[in-house]
Amino acid sequence: MRSLINILDLSVEEIDELIAVANDIIADPDKYAEACKRKKLATLFFEPSTRTRLSFEAAMLELGGSVLGFSEATSSSAAKGESVADTVRAVSCYADIIAMRHPKEGAPYVAAMNATVPVINAGDGGHNHPTQTLTDLLTIQREKGTLNNLTVGFCGDLKFGRTVHSLISALSRYTGIKVVLVSPEELKLPSYVKKDVLQQNNIPYVQTTSLEEVMPELDALYMTRVQRERFFNEEDYLRLKDSYILEPRKLENAKKDLIIMHPLPRVNEISVAVDKDPRAAYFKQVLNGKYIRMALIMKLLEEAKA
Amino acid sequence: MNIDSITNGIVIDHITAGNAMKLYELLNLGDLDCSVAIIKNVHSTKTGRKDIIKIDADVPINLDLIGYVDPGVTINIIKDEKLIEKRTISLPEQLTNVIKCKNPRCITSTEQELPHVFRLTNRAEKVYRCIYCETKYDG
Repeated sequence: MRSLINILDLSVEEIDELIAVANDIIADPDKYAEACKRKKLATLFFEPSTRTRLSFEAAMLELGGSVLGFSEATSSSAAKGESVADTVRAVSCYADIIAMRHPKEGAPYVAAMNATVPVINAGDGGHNHPTQTLTDLLTIQREKGTLNNLTVGFCGDLKFGRTVHSLISALSRYTGIKVVLVSPEELKLPSYVKKDVLQQNNIPYVQTTSLEEVMPELDALYMTRVQRERFFNEEDYLRLKDSYILEPRKLENAKKDLIIMHPLPRVNEISVAVDKDPRAAYFKQVLNGKYIRMALIMKLLEEAKA
Repeated sequence: MNIDSITNGIVIDHITAGNAMKLYELLNLGDLDCSVAIIKNVHSTKTGRKDIIKIDADVPINLDLIGYVDPGVTINIIKDEKLIEKRTISLPEQLTNVIKCKNPRCITSTEQELPHVFRLTNRAEKVYRCIYCETKYDG
């Protein structure tokens, strides 16, 4: 049974195919209005995530399917101590496909090993969130017209940000990618990501603490939130937090066709004034998330039939 | 020093000198009813010194554990005093319930029934990662 646990479970060709289907859905949504008629998606959210859950549910509804599930562990049998394996074995009897979010890393993998229907990882702790990465890739492809020959900047918390690690892994399989890492010393990209992903795939990268310095080179800028709780002392946080807030004046030297992305939710790391800038793509990302999930649900259901 | 040859059993040879007691403990050889001989600091033309364990019975042993602790060890299976199989044990591709994931955020930390499974992701550097959370095992 094919599931999606890690973005690298999909080949580059499969990702390209999903992006092509998503683009076709955007062009002609009516064509897909009954693509999953009589099919049911179970959203098993062991921790709350309104945006991701609604995106999956909207995706299934727009494909003509139905949804069932729960949005927090307290309203599931996990609260009674049921294992993930038993939960998905039971849910496999009710649904045709499962989207699971769980606070424990690897829980969706356990689910995929035990379910008799496809499982989509909708986020497992700080580990993987492959549909966010698919969303990011679709956004870059739609806005830039390609996933090759791009200089992509990542700014903010590059140490703990799973969306950053996952997108870097996915982009490392395309050609001509350059990566620019902008973060305070305390939140630099972990060395294992640099070694196992960037260096292993010969991806050129630079590390800097200054966003303004590298801004003119960027084709895409992926912002993340610098979180107070990541710092050991308040002084460091206060010293650094404003360096990584994107404001209109910091975009003065940026390319005219730059795209600004963010996995959301944002707090203050992108000033609201930037929302009006035509280069802001973060709300388009949200919409793209629904379309790529539609493409993914269709693909996994199709493969489950075979 | 005279150690009797065995009729039916296993000889674990080419153990890195000093590792025999560790393997004896990890393989729970003390629980066996048969004779078990630990021979330490034997002269070896390849490595200078080595340890050997002789088990005087054909018992199941965890080869993955041996390969993980001391890759390069040789397993000799003896039947009717004859060597019927000789295998060099390398680092296993996968380890099940040999080492435990220490990541407190891993699903294995809350679901006690799950086997602790690790996959070899870098043979040269002996890197094993948990199959669930992908955390590297640091010993």
